[in-house]
Amino acid sequence: MLRRSPWLWATALFAYAFLYVPLLIVVVYSFNDSRLNAEWVGFTLDWYRKLAADDDMLAAAGNSLLIAVTASAVSTVLGTMAGVAMHRYKLTVLPVLVLTPIAIPEILMGVSLLIFFVLLNFTLGLVSVALAHIAFCIGFVAIVVRARLAGMDETLTEAARDCGASPANAFRYVTLPLIMPGVIAGALMAFTLSIDDFVITFFTAGAGTVTLPLQIYSMIKIAVTPEVNAVSTLLMLLTLLLIVVAAKLSPTLLRSDRET
Amino acid sequence: MAKRSVRMAKWVVSGPPLVYLLVFFAIPALIMVLASFRSPGEFGGLAPLVDEAGKLDINLDSYARFVTETVYLQVFIKSAWYAALTTLICLLLAYPLATLIAKSPRKYRDLLLLLVILPFWSNFLIRVYAWMIILGPNAALARLVNGALAWFGVEPVPLLFSAFAVLVCLVYVHLPFMVLPLYANLEKHDQALLDAAQDLGANGWQRFWRITFPLSLPGVYAGAALVFIPALGIFAIPDILGGPNDTLIGNLIKQQFLETRDWPFGSVLSIVLTVAALALAGIAAWVGRRGGGATARA
Repeated sequence: MLRRSPWLWATALFAYAFLYVPLLIVVVYSFNDSRLNAEWVGFTLDWYRKLAADDDMLAAAGNSLLIAVTASAVSTVLGTMAGVAMHRYKLTVLPVLVLTPIAIPEILMGVSLLIFFVLLNFTLGLVSVALAHIAFCIGFVAIVVRARLAGMDETLTEAARDCGASPANAFRYVTLPLIMPGVIAGALMAFTLSIDDFVITFFTAGAGTVTLPLQIYSMIKIAVTPEVNAVSTLLMLLTLLLIVVAAKLSPTLLRSDRET
Repeated sequence: MAKRSVRMAKWVVSGPPLVYLLVFFAIPALIMVLASFRSPGEFGGLAPLVDEAGKLDINLDSYARFVTETVYLQVFIKSAWYAALTTLICLLLAYPLATLIAKSPRKYRDLLLLLVILPFWSNFLIRVYAWMIILGPNAALARLVNGALAWFGVEPVPLLFSAFAVLVCLVYVHLPFMVLPLYANLEKHDQALLDAAQDLGANGWQRFWRITFPLSLPGVYAGAALVFIPALGIFAIPDILGGPNDTLIGNLIKQQFLETRDWPFGSVLSIVLTVAALALAGIAAWVGRRGGGATARA
């Protein structure tokens, strides 16, 4: 058996604490009866009440939701196609286009899309943000779907073809049901990425459009207020929920012993 | 007939994502490259392609500015320095953590790993904001530190809006990217090698330095690339947590596009950043492959 040194344990424990204590503090102070995020005074739900009455915040949440639903729907269809194509065919251009947006710093995609939209006289707003989000979500969906396909028996699709199914029908009735958990997991991932995105949204939203992260940004640039803690707590809860569902559907998404 | 339908299926499946990414990723990137050779417009954006005198607006002015005005190069060096420090601290924290997870009983591994990934899925700004609270002037940490400093007769230091705050948050945000590849590598190590070394009289330190660490190098390189590259281009963290001296490339790029509205120069900065990021990713992949080959032979 292995001997684990106390030093190893101590560092690992410190690392876990380092990861979770900050988030915990945000959550705890969202129930704190004090304007200052400095020490615990008493329990209150005032910050959540304030949040529910904050029209700017609600409008921003509405925008975020609208963009996330659209972006995840479109990127799931395109990402699934890309995943299937990359799995089945020897392609050169598509994998590069799918994977580079994930590999380069986000700010680059943000500024290049800003130039692109402005030069085309395309009004910056909800539509430009959604178009940008689709572009960076495709890659993530494609990776999840391709991983699912890699674990699947492709002879089933071939068998369907041999039995006379058209390519479209073979996909519709055999391949798609089998990769469905991967597709849904990809969709949830795209939704989470879109609703959380700050950098690319920051550059492509223009002056008039505000999403939840942009609203949080402008609030914390001015002052630290527990209302931000409250909205953060709710957002974390939503993300956690989506991740749990995605993980249930596609265990490979979060599993360590991924087959590659 | 069958061959044709196969070729058609290939295009039907790969065509739409290909076209979308060409339009909304490749072409914008190409336009940015072209914009870097133009002059800035009078009111932001780009100058007319052909001016009144009929002269075509293509030049290397923005590149020349980047090379000659050393202040920009200095920002690049500072960004690389911050990213390197972040990578090193992440490595020091992630190595024990990844080792512990890899050596845990199989049934706990997924859970322990999930606990590392989970914070990564919470909103990026929330994670930055959390540090605004922790490092805030009225928070316990600042009072503790400054109380200790006062005891030694040292002036109080602000923790927030400092290089320290930027670094802590950079490490915080990027730590999972170091843990994952390290774990993936360490998990595959053959315990028999370590047992053999022990039988031959190697102590714990020697077993680590001579066996575990060299074998884990591909994981280290992969993790370093995954941390260094995004850390190099970050702008929100110095923007929110940094002081006036913590301007990094990301902030400079943001400034050029949203404040001074000098697109050509902003494009030059972005291109230098992209080239640096892709070159580093390439080097990491190359070194990783060579390292992987060496371990396979060993």
